[in-house]
Amino acid sequence: MTVSTDPLLRVDGVTLQYRTDAHLVTATYRVSFDVYSSDRFVLLGPSGCGKSTLLKAVGGFIQPVEGTIQLNGRKVQKPGPDRILVFQEFDQLLPWLTVLENVVFALTASGRMSAKEAREKAMHYIDKVNLSKFADSYPHTLSGGMKQRVAIARGMAMEPEILLMDEPFAALDALTRVKMQEELLRLWEETRFTLLFVTHSIPEAVKVGNRILLLSAHPGRVRAEMDSDGTDPVGSDGKTLSERIEGMLFAERPTKDQSDND
Amino acid sequence: MTNIATPPKRPEIYVTLEDTGFGVVEKPLSVWERLSSNAVLRKTILLVVLALIWELYARWLNNSLLVPTFGATVAALWDGLVSGRIIYAAFTSIKVLLQGYAVGLFFAALLTAFASATRVGADLLETLTSMFNPLPSIALLPLAMIWFGFGDGSTIFVLLHAVLWAVALNTHAGFRGVSTTWRMVGRNYGLSGIRYVWKILIPGAFPSILTGLKIGWAFAWRTLIAAELVFGASSGGGGLGWFIFENKNSLNIASVFAGLLTVILFGLFVENVIFRTVEQRTVQRWGMQT
Repeated sequence: MTVSTDPLLRVDGVTLQYRTDAHLVTATYRVSFDVYSSDRFVLLGPSGCGKSTLLKAVGGFIQPVEGTIQLNGRKVQKPGPDRILVFQEFDQLLPWLTVLENVVFALTASGRMSAKEAREKAMHYIDKVNLSKFADSYPHTLSGGMKQRVAIARGMAMEPEILLMDEPFAALDALTRVKMQEELLRLWEETRFTLLFVTHSIPEAVKVGNRILLLSAHPGRVRAEMDSDGTDPVGSDGKTLSERIEGMLFAERPTKDQSDND
Repeated sequence: MTNIATPPKRPEIYVTLEDTGFGVVEKPLSVWERLSSNAVLRKTILLVVLALIWELYARWLNNSLLVPTFGATVAALWDGLVSGRIIYAAFTSIKVLLQGYAVGLFFAALLTAFASATRVGADLLETLTSMFNPLPSIALLPLAMIWFGFGDGSTIFVLLHAVLWAVALNTHAGFRGVSTTWRMVGRNYGLSGIRYVWKILIPGAFPSILTGLKIGWAFAWRTLIAAELVFGASSGGGGLGWFIFENKNSLNIASVFAGLLTVILFGLFVENVIFRTVEQRTVQRWGMQT
């Protein structure tokens, strides 16, 4: 089929800027990458590389000042339920709705289905993240990891073209984080959704991604695009993938420090 | 000589846990401990003590024109309830109050909508609120009587003023405090316009809105009784304020106290039963109480 050979998401020469009270900041500069269907595409980089801004731009919350973002050949212009964001913040669940209602809300707010259908689908995905027992609980009674699982269930229930995750596990404790990464991979094995995942953790990127885009900081530019099979293999240069990524990240530092000192 | 401190070598310790011998793991509290942690009971006892002090003082004073006894007040209250005069008076007051409250909420909604939609609106709301909030509503009554005549119209105007600023200010502040994450979630799922307001902004701002409603209600209730005291006579209306005023004129002091007691009881009922219930079912249940 020709469809599968075209990229699902095409980010082409995208420059993003945002305004703070005192400055106009360039978050990314001419970043290009393609995400294909069923990719687990990771945007990796140090803080300040604009990876979260890039994700929000794909979400349609920010317009690029240069370049284009296309989903299935259509230009991304505003937020929409074909690109669902999962945030880092625990308060992404609406506290006035129960776990079930949060997922149902997502399905009915977008006008996709009736309340009854939405309920069935919501229960199906809540079950997938093993939270059926908590379907009628309010979010504030859940732990951080459980809240993130609900948020993932809500995103998956929407069956979006692409699921956008903005450091979803960064606020979790280390043990929970590892468990959540494994669970995410298990869910991907089951449904093969397309994932665009932002992180600043090298091990997380290597584990979660099948393709890693490494961004440099201030402003964010593409440094490398690598494959990963999740096992952190030793490459032909005798280094593991993590070591190579780390090398690229830290190789920049001294030159940058020197130029700062000049 | 270099003196390098080294921690001593110790054996490692492994313990097999056994589930016995803890002493108390969980034990029900004694009746006394449970009773003393019941706030309602403690406050009831306090009220009984205060009533007793009142009764004793009134008997010692022995001047029913200054302070009637607690017993006489309760008797007057009972008479008023049985004869229907207090019930009628309370009903009249509440009817006007609800009208004024509703009108106040309507204008608060308009003003907040305008303030949330435009920057001019926000500036207007902030300016008007800082001007009119410190102005006691009752001070507008003389003006209201000229504009709207002697009748419910004037009272409702004054109540509007009592409710409007507190509700509008709190609601606006609540809307502005709705977290960016919730806003993004709402837009992500395709909500916009009135559905976005209804499904994201209003529930997100609900703790503030509820605070505004409570403050507005308290202002309105106090203002209403005062307004009835001032011009109940001229309008011939029969609210609780008027009931108090009339009984004072006929030196029926026990009934004055009964009227005051009714004002207190109704206020307590609304604030501690109605608003409390709403709070428990919403912001407390959602873990959003500020």
